[in-house]
Amino acid sequence: MSLRSPLSQARGLGSAKEGVGHWWVQRLTAIALIPLSLWFVISVARFPLLDHATMVAWIKAPLVAVALAMFFVAMIYHATLGVQVVIEDYVGNEGTKLVSIVLVKFALYAIAAASVFAVLKIAFGA
Amino acid sequence: MSVKPASSNRPLSPFMIGPYYRAQLTSMLSITHRLTGLALAFGTVFLAAWVTAAAAGPDAFAVFSGLANTIVGKALLLAYTWAMLYHLCNGIRHLFWDTGRGFDLKSAYASGYAVIAASLVLTASVWAFALLA
Repeated sequence: MSLRSPLSQARGLGSAKEGVGHWWVQRLTAIALIPLSLWFVISVARFPLLDHATMVAWIKAPLVAVALAMFFVAMIYHATLGVQVVIEDYVGNEGTKLVSIVLVKFALYAIAAASVFAVLKIAFGA
Repeated sequence: MSVKPASSNRPLSPFMIGPYYRAQLTSMLSITHRLTGLALAFGTVFLAAWVTAAAAGPDAFAVFSGLANTIVGKALLLAYTWAMLYHLCNGIRHLFWDTGRGFDLKSAYASGYAVIAASLVLTASVWAFALLA
């Protein structure tokens, strides 16, 4: 049992021990995703990106490769934060909650790594 | 630390889905924001498959584009477009709320209808652009 007052526990990083970090990064990635997602949707609509040669030529432009990698990283990081909150809200059992958050994060980080690797492979490819 | 109640016979708040709770525009848009967010998170699997197939070469990419060009594939693509644009529009609404403004009932409803309209108009524009370009 702690002799610290409830006020002292809420100060600084607070009872969750991470302060407003989660909330703040969720907002930062959200703001980054406004231009990135608009650019992505317009690009996919503009080019026939289900044609292999067109898509490879599109990604080979350095700005496109960088923007696409940033879009994947920002979106997938934003997704890990959002899905974590949904799991925390609806999963009651602490063990199930922890395991499902870890599994979802591992899966999403793997998806991010694969996506960025594919973009770089096309960008640097012959 | 919260202490669990000894008895579970205490009255509980009514389950929100069903006849016990009258849904409003605001709560429906809120849960739609969550559902589109989950759908978009799951959709990253398809985006990763798309770029990975492109990196693997024309043959692998032909398999992906063949699946994407089916009716089911196109329906998923349309749903994904709307989910992304809805989450984008309603996300901007949330960022505006973060400044502490727009919480009165009239503004919350006005911004809610604006989000629905904007997401539909943007989805229709993107698809019209894609099909005509």
